[in-house]
Amino acid sequence: MTEHLPPPPATGCRATPVLKERGQREVFCGLTGIIWLHRKMQDAFFLVVGSRTCAHLLQSAAGVMIFAEPRFATAILEESDLAGLNDAHAELDRTVSELLARRPDIRQLFLVGSCPSEVIKLDLARAAERLTVEHAPRVRVLNYSGSGIETTFTQGEDACLAAMVPVLPETQADELLVVGALPDVVEDQMLGLLDAMGIGPVRLLPARHVDADTAVGPNTRFALVQPFLGDTHAALTRRGATHIPAPFPFGEEGTTAWLAAVARAFGVDAETFARVTEAPRARARKAIAQAAETLRAKSVFFFPDSQLEIPLARFLARECGMEPIEVGSPYIHDALHGPDLDLLPAGPAISEGQDVDKQLDRCRAAAPDLTVCGLGLANPLEAEGLSTKWAIELVFTPVHFYEQAGDLAALFARSLKRRAILQAATT
Amino acid sequence: MKLTVWTYEGPPHVGAIRVATAMKGLHYVLHAPQGDTYADLLFTMIERRDHRPPVTYTTFQARDLGSDTASLFRTACQDAYDRFEPEAIIVGASCTAELIQDDPGGLAETMGLPVPVIPLELPSYQRKEAFGADETFYRIVRALAQPCEKTARVSCNILGGTALGFRHRDDIAEITNLLYELGIEVNVCAPLGATPADIARMGAAHFNVLLYPETGETAARHLERAFDQPYTKTVPIGTNATRAFVEEVRALSGSTAPLDDRSLRQTWWTRSVDSTYLTGKRVFIFGDATHAMAMAKVARDEMGFEVAGLGCYNREFARPLRALAKEMGVEPLITDDYLEVERAIEAAQPEMILGTQMERHIGKRLGIPCAVISAPVHVQDFPARYSPVMGFEGANVLFDTLVHPLVMGLEEHLLHMFREDFEFHDAAGPSHHGGHAPKPVEAPATEEAPAATGEVVWLHDAERELKKIPFFVRGKARRNTETFAMGQGLTEISIDTLYEAKAHYAR
Repeated sequence: MTEHLPPPPATGCRATPVLKERGQREVFCGLTGIIWLHRKMQDAFFLVVGSRTCAHLLQSAAGVMIFAEPRFATAILEESDLAGLNDAHAELDRTVSELLARRPDIRQLFLVGSCPSEVIKLDLARAAERLTVEHAPRVRVLNYSGSGIETTFTQGEDACLAAMVPVLPETQADELLVVGALPDVVEDQMLGLLDAMGIGPVRLLPARHVDADTAVGPNTRFALVQPFLGDTHAALTRRGATHIPAPFPFGEEGTTAWLAAVARAFGVDAETFARVTEAPRARARKAIAQAAETLRAKSVFFFPDSQLEIPLARFLARECGMEPIEVGSPYIHDALHGPDLDLLPAGPAISEGQDVDKQLDRCRAAAPDLTVCGLGLANPLEAEGLSTKWAIELVFTPVHFYEQAGDLAALFARSLKRRAILQAATT
Repeated sequence: MKLTVWTYEGPPHVGAIRVATAMKGLHYVLHAPQGDTYADLLFTMIERRDHRPPVTYTTFQARDLGSDTASLFRTACQDAYDRFEPEAIIVGASCTAELIQDDPGGLAETMGLPVPVIPLELPSYQRKEAFGADETFYRIVRALAQPCEKTARVSCNILGGTALGFRHRDDIAEITNLLYELGIEVNVCAPLGATPADIARMGAAHFNVLLYPETGETAARHLERAFDQPYTKTVPIGTNATRAFVEEVRALSGSTAPLDDRSLRQTWWTRSVDSTYLTGKRVFIFGDATHAMAMAKVARDEMGFEVAGLGCYNREFARPLRALAKEMGVEPLITDDYLEVERAIEAAQPEMILGTQMERHIGKRLGIPCAVISAPVHVQDFPARYSPVMGFEGANVLFDTLVHPLVMGLEEHLLHMFREDFEFHDAAGPSHHGGHAPKPVEAPATEEAPAATGEVVWLHDAERELKKIPFFVRGKARRNTETFAMGQGLTEISIDTLYEAKAHYAR
């Protein structure tokens, strides 16, 4: 059912030895996930238990969103909280009661652990249980850690979703569960495609509201739309659900392969699949072609950031004609990243973890046409003459599935186009 | 525990990074968990720096905690020295590393690095960003500044400029020029632009110019004790303060050189008849104490505004701010809780707010114009153009900054004359786009605001009459009328009550 796709490469990257590095890491911690999760889950509040640094991080990362009455905050630990731990629990109860009184619309409260709360071993799991009892049945209190010592950037979403899995209702139904937060518009497109193939009802994790009928059980089959959901994958497997392995839905090929894996699992016939996907596939190919003109035969270097790097490198290599030099990822999970590694043509170095100064040395030596990196590195590299694409935008912008495929390619093309315009004007 | 959404200041180690990034040839080794590198982007993005801040983070992870984070720190420190070969190193811990008690100072000192290693003690759970910058700069000066012969010509140091400082780049250029005109050389400007070698020869200056007390005062006091260098107490923001500053500098230096103030336009601009309508405009001022106090004086004495509120977020400078607020007859507001600031602004109903990025958003929500006068600020307040706030050019910049958000004089008159004009109405906003402007969506916050003010009921006619008053004074009129009505024991407000209150409060 995937006859339009180019054949997979003779040798993919799955067997490529991975360069594992330790050293200074230039990455966000998992707390950052709150910034998009709180928008997705409309009745949830995220209370970070941490330090002033945590509050400052959220403020710096959230930018102007901090002014839009966000449903997240930090309970800043003070000197007195560090003195005795019993005190800290009483303080937390008081803070939560205050918060819930002020925001009666909140139905799920996440106590989010940070480095300081983990290091002093503040037992947030126990606090969550206690507070759930206290505020039942209106509010469900859960906990997870977004600390930098345990999580990198998008792993915050993984930790959050994994914390929700054990409390999902049990079901015996043979249903599809799609896992990973997507922008609403993309989620609706995906549901439209699945519905047209006769797959449904589709359950979502995270759902927009706590009352949504997301359930899990031994007959549940789940597909991931984000590559950073290793712990959630494990938690769902523990509840008996079955994973549908697939490349991630980036680009026309990725989306088709993802849909094909789901369609195969649910017995959709080839004709139906072709009928549903034909038109959007053509649109996606056309949209990508425009941006790909700028990208073809250009080299690209990925610094680790979000775990999206491998599927994105696959998209850029196969659909835009780019040549990946190094693909860095904070973590590589074989069950999740394997299908994309199979499709990524052999050639690039694959690296896991980071020693940022050494990686910068490699990047400078390779002099790539485009470097995908974080905001702490982008301007310094631009000043050195390298074109960069800042990676965070790839998490905050709708980029999945067919209708966004052109936008995704354009995000990478824009840096190169801009450089060309500015150079033309000065010469 | 304190519930917080917005913080005016970061943690103290961010203050230390501001000092390290301001300097050259200095490296900061920070014991911190993975994730704390977010601070880099404040410098590369907001300030648009073209290099990475000179900071090596140990970025320890959970699996390191069981083993030996101390050796991780030593490795990072050695690697940083080998790679960057700085003239001096500062070492410290972030909030999490403070809890695991590795003592970066002690560890680094035993490594035998061939450059000075300066340990920092920054209590993360008590103090904040400005303290971190002030303390770091002081520690660097104390460790590195050497006694040396005074320069032959009169010279001074400029103290307090840091990375991520509000207009520090241009203020320093402006004041440097002013000092040159007075015949005074700048010996060292620090931390901004200085190397550790420069710090070593700070003692050669005759006196110090302290531009930013928040980040330079402790060092200034130390230099006064150690090298007998007096420092200036006036911050030259506004024309009057600049002149007072010049007098102070003359007294310290003996300079009698004339000062060219032909480029100072602010004094004539404020005297020109076009500015008459500015008289008595009620402004609410909030920011760091230095900028807030200086701006309060500019607003009152140089612009002819009425100061309707004055406050700061840094408790370290609460005392002088309280004194000034008392002198101005307003209640001082010392808080780092923006909700408290919002409540105070709502109660004061000013016609303009002078504040930080946060007050800009409060102003937007309440429909009150705002100008930014203090950190914290966003990227647009690190402008490409020359825009000091100090000295004579700074006074020019301030005049423009303070006038632009206000409705222009003629426009204000026309709004009074044609209160119900079909395209010059509230929804069009205070803008030259007039009737074609997009209709702003009424924010729920402003809907709730009047309801909170009390038990007095507005009769329909009075409410309609109130709507005819231009929006930029309506809040004040509403509040005055309600206060008046309650004072009179009234439970309802009619058109008459509205106008009686207007007469009562007439100036």
